[in-house]
Amino acid sequence: MIEYLIRRILWVIPVIIAVAAVTFFLMYRAPGGPWDREKPLPTAVQKTLDVQFGLNKPLWINPKEFNERWANGERNPLLLAQGYFDSRFFTYMGGVAKGDLGPSYASKGSESVQEVIREKFPVSLKIGLVALLFAVLVGIPLGAAGALRQNTPVDYVSRVVSTIGAAVPSFVSGLLILIFLTRQFGYSPIREPEEWDGWGKAFILPGIILGLSTMAYLARLTRVNMLETKRQDYVRTARAKGVSETAVVSRHIMRNALIPVITILGPAAADLVTGSIIIESIFNAPGLGEEFVQSIGKRDYSMIMGTAIFYAVLIALANVFVDISYGVLDPRIRRGSH
Amino acid sequence: MSDPRPLAQLADQVLRPQRSLWSDAWRQFKRNKLALIGGIYLLFLVVLAVFAPFIAPHNPVKGDVKTAGKYRQAAWITTDNPKTTGSWEYPLGTDGNGRDVLSRVIYGTRISLVVGFIPMIIIMLIGVPIGLIAGYSGGRVDNALMRVTDVVYAFPALLFFIIMQISLGETWFGELLNGLVLLFVTLSIISWSGVARLVRGDTLSLREKEFIESALASGATSSRVLSRHIFPNTMGSLIIAAAFIVPSAIISEAVLSYLGIGLRPSVNLAAPFPTSWGQMLQSGASQYRNQAWLLIAPSLAVAFITLAFNFVGDGLRDALDPREQL
Repeated sequence: MIEYLIRRILWVIPVIIAVAAVTFFLMYRAPGGPWDREKPLPTAVQKTLDVQFGLNKPLWINPKEFNERWANGERNPLLLAQGYFDSRFFTYMGGVAKGDLGPSYASKGSESVQEVIREKFPVSLKIGLVALLFAVLVGIPLGAAGALRQNTPVDYVSRVVSTIGAAVPSFVSGLLILIFLTRQFGYSPIREPEEWDGWGKAFILPGIILGLSTMAYLARLTRVNMLETKRQDYVRTARAKGVSETAVVSRHIMRNALIPVITILGPAAADLVTGSIIIESIFNAPGLGEEFVQSIGKRDYSMIMGTAIFYAVLIALANVFVDISYGVLDPRIRRGSH
Repeated sequence: MSDPRPLAQLADQVLRPQRSLWSDAWRQFKRNKLALIGGIYLLFLVVLAVFAPFIAPHNPVKGDVKTAGKYRQAAWITTDNPKTTGSWEYPLGTDGNGRDVLSRVIYGTRISLVVGFIPMIIIMLIGVPIGLIAGYSGGRVDNALMRVTDVVYAFPALLFFIIMQISLGETWFGELLNGLVLLFVTLSIISWSGVARLVRGDTLSLREKEFIESALASGATSSRVLSRHIFPNTMGSLIIAAAFIVPSAIISEAVLSYLGIGLRPSVNLAAPFPTSWGQMLQSGASQYRNQAWLLIAPSLAVAFITLAFNFVGDGLRDALDPREQL
């Protein structure tokens, strides 16, 4: 189990390196430099900015620096290697390893990408938490009600909601809900900026819409698993022993049926992250998703790259968490060989 | 010694037509009403897409602000202004350039279907061989292929799509067919990993079966065993996977176009793929106060097509894979 845990956690590293390398490569390929504006900057200013951000260095490796150091009589292999790898890519990767995602080009370097993330992410996190809370508090009871009252109107509602919710992407159902609310109740999705500070009503609707598909998946999975556990012999045994119905449902059915439900939290995390990109722009929420969309428009490549890596780390960690908690909760997996 | 079974049963056995796995699956599928409705709806969309020029009431690209009016309401909504009041000439109203929304939705079907099916085919062409080879050869080859697959599988797909589109969208490659070609590549480049894992898993369990052993014992080559014995037996799970890959590609296209980094809008009056539902969502989202159906129509179009694919996918799963009945 310990070995599996360590392997699982270490596996995140190559994934992040691959994500960072591919992102870096593709962003370098993107047209237009970071200093392209409607009014071009003077060449001298551009040069200083390039030096400041290390954009004058070669992309992957720097043999020139190596040769220079060698010619200057440098023989320390570490310093020579440092010269050889003194490139934009390795400087960036070194920064990523230390949690430094570089300066945001759009702010001309006055703000670093990680500062922007630190400032914007809390709003996204709060919307995501509301979404998760909604998904769990509505999805699991909905699925459970459907399973306990199979083939009744309750079950019918549970199945319709979970089928539609899981099939239709949340941003499409979100837009439809929004149109309905604006036309029927004069609701306005646009909020004042200060409404996003702290906890407020502003988070409710974006959170619910963001959580719709996760809720639907949870309901569906809970229902299927409970239908299966309901028929197990140990449930019949418990009933035969005279265990009360509440105890049978909560201790024997629910507890066993909910373990596989945890697996959904990994994909759900990915869904919430990518969903937030669009939901936040619909609601004008000043979160990281909205910032990401803005930086696409502004061609702020360092911001796009940094946010993508941040999201990738987040999703990878969520997956690790799911794998580990699954192992901890289910003894069959804990003892099984991996 | 006479056969102890009753005559009727024997007759039944002789007279009943042979039932293969596929005809069994089809019977099972037909019994699922939702799946059947989904399938019929998808066939209807294919007809719409193919015959769009004959079905659509107007040209989807040519704006005619003078007669059509800007942001004309849907037919059943009346306003005081004769230029924006609903008219059955433009059933779902018009957009800011006086283009008929219904015609645009009909033409949008083309992109949705193409963007769903072509990446699905590319995904299969990459994922199936990798999965077959990894599962069949095992050992180091399997290990190497699966490590690569695992890394790709862990990539956050939509983020990667966004980065691909930003990076290559303005190159000559990204401009081929208004960005359709790039979109096909973008949508296929990650999802093959799921298919490869699926096929590898199937291959691993099939490899141990007696019929493979007997094929090998009677002198069949590896490539024959793979193509004739293993691959056909993975078809069931592949078909189910395909039914869920197609709608997810359609959704991704809608998201990318909604963000303004998907397809380019076409101004060519005869363009075969003039607009997509994602692009309509993008323009509709900013104008839904003026003309709600500008947003409702493409939203419903996306919602219905993904629902239809999900119904069909669920039906196929029930029919082809009795182990996993959801």
